[in-house]
Amino acid sequence: MTAPCTASANGLRSTKASGRHRPRPAGLAACLASGLLSVALLMVLSAAAWSADAGRGKALFDQCKRCHQVGDGAEHRIGPQLNDVFGRAAGSLADYRYSQAMKAAGAGGLVWTEATLDAFLSDPVALVPHSRMSFAGMAEADDRAALLAWLGGFSGPRSDLPPAEPTATPEEFGLDPRILAIEGDPEYGAYLAGECITCHRMDGTVKGIPSITGWPLDDFVIALHAYKGGKRVHPVMQMVAGRLSDEEIAALAAHFHRAEDSP
Amino acid sequence: MSKRNGESGLNRRHFLATAAAATTAVSALSAPAVLAQGRPRVVVVGGGAGGATAARYIAKDSKGAVDVTLVEPSRAYYTCFFSNLYIGGFREFASIGHSYGALAANHGINVVHDWAVSIDRDARSVGLAGGGSLAYDRLVLSPGIDFREGSVPGWDLSQQNRMPHAYKAGSQTQLLKAQIEAMPQGGVYCMVAPPNPFRCPPGPYERISMVAHVLKQANPTAKILIVDPKEKFSKQGLFEDGWQRHYPGMIERVGPDFGGDKVEVRPDSLEVVVDGEATKVDVCNVIPAQQAGRVAALAGVTDESGWAPVVPHTMESRADANIHVLGDAALQGDMPKSGFSANSQAKVCAMAVRGALIGSSVFPPRFSNTCWSLIGTDDGVKVGASYEATDEKIAKTDGFISKTGESAELRKATYEESLGWYAAITGDMFS
Repeated sequence: MTAPCTASANGLRSTKASGRHRPRPAGLAACLASGLLSVALLMVLSAAAWSADAGRGKALFDQCKRCHQVGDGAEHRIGPQLNDVFGRAAGSLADYRYSQAMKAAGAGGLVWTEATLDAFLSDPVALVPHSRMSFAGMAEADDRAALLAWLGGFSGPRSDLPPAEPTATPEEFGLDPRILAIEGDPEYGAYLAGECITCHRMDGTVKGIPSITGWPLDDFVIALHAYKGGKRVHPVMQMVAGRLSDEEIAALAAHFHRAEDSP
Repeated sequence: MSKRNGESGLNRRHFLATAAAATTAVSALSAPAVLAQGRPRVVVVGGGAGGATAARYIAKDSKGAVDVTLVEPSRAYYTCFFSNLYIGGFREFASIGHSYGALAANHGINVVHDWAVSIDRDARSVGLAGGGSLAYDRLVLSPGIDFREGSVPGWDLSQQNRMPHAYKAGSQTQLLKAQIEAMPQGGVYCMVAPPNPFRCPPGPYERISMVAHVLKQANPTAKILIVDPKEKFSKQGLFEDGWQRHYPGMIERVGPDFGGDKVEVRPDSLEVVVDGEATKVDVCNVIPAQQAGRVAALAGVTDESGWAPVVPHTMESRADANIHVLGDAALQGDMPKSGFSANSQAKVCAMAVRGALIGSSVFPPRFSNTCWSLIGTDDGVKVGASYEATDEKIAKTDGFISKTGESAELRKATYEESLGWYAAITGDMFS
């Protein structure tokens, strides 16, 4: 049902692997052209897919759930909530701070369909360069199909959505929940951020290092404490977080939460 | 395969002859300076990693309250970091070039393309080769490195086309790459490595990796000889492990116990003389011993070491509190001479300068550094540390290094991380 765009998504990977011989990906235009059709077909197919692949799709969503919520009560976190994402224009939810690139893609006509989401999941920055989504891409078409089939169950009219799961809680990292109540000093955070922005660009470009601009305070604080406590593993981040006090982490969270996108 | 030792049973002669080497806080307000009138003036000399960052942060964070002039002779700056990746074919040359237009347009920095040729510390002014002079309330020197004359007998700057250093990125880097690509089949690339301390401790060895990567594809019988005065070098275990995996039999290193510290070169005949024995090579990459960029000596802020001692908390020269010295030129303690270090020091310096000139908040200084190196395709490694200011020096507090035996997936992620870092740090300097 999504031949033009599935082909283009595959084409993206092939282009990378084999040099100049493959045609350039069909890109947005073809995906947009098939968008309405895909939505219609999805409505028909999603019920069956929901049951068949639901378990696998839910498990695959583990790669997404540090940033996204979906289900009853889902809220924007590091990424936007994903209820009713199918059929939605990219960058279109008024109460989420998208990257400039995502807003521009939506203004340019990008609508999330099974085809466009498949292309995006395959290689996010190939479809939306400078998107803030920090995800290297899901290589297997079967995985993407299973994930999207499951995610499709959260789009359209439904009355029995399961509750949204949290992106991160202090309890899962053995943190005292009171650390979330510390109010950070954004001016101090701006100074401390000098160390962060040597690696983390402010403008949403993701090349091996995630964007940290505009994060919810709780997600930011929990992530840094998880590194500090060794519960999340990354040598640079463990070293950086290791010497930050609770107040300094709160200050950084306050700064990056408010920070605007800029290079 | 690295530094030869008596048990290896091999020496440099065998290697070259047989090509069968077994390769194995508390925030505080400081009192603003009392200034005669007008905006306080900062002159930054040197538009590399340290100087560009310092100029940008002083101008950006003072929001126009400080007049910032950046003196840099080059119109386009090519970063030393990632220049090895250009040699290896992983980057286009243009991708490591940066201009100064954004610093002028976005932050109001007065960019002067000229050489600083004199510093009058009493009058607080900088003389320019073009004839003018610039008055300052604070002077920031970030001149990088210059080479010590005579450190490699037979080599001087007049020979840098016969035997490129390629240790200040730009035309030299392009020349070295062209020479490597023009090597005859089975030819020999030789690097004369520098003694400590020098710019970018893993840099020579990342370069060896990139040269080997190029030769493996285009000239697989070629050999690489490293003549090294040092007993050991940065990330040695990681590099040697990688060389063995990617380029077995290609690389040989002659350490000091086999004469690596007794080298001279003959540029006319492209010979390298190690411990009295001459060897003809096809490319000779001479990286001489180094000292602070000359303007630091002109300002009289260097000591007998050739580097400029600084106060760790502010990067102020120990010889003159109106002068700050950043990056490679500074004698500061434990931080390696790297673009990342210079950027880190520049932010501390910028905060101290703003505090002194306009009374803005001064927080406890923090320093950090991470150096990524590429050994082969998708095989990235890194070393890093955090530092604090003590009265004596910038002192290391914590650190990490990649491990041998890491998964290919992790090495690829480390390489991709370095791409993100390059984009971010160059934006933090030049945007």
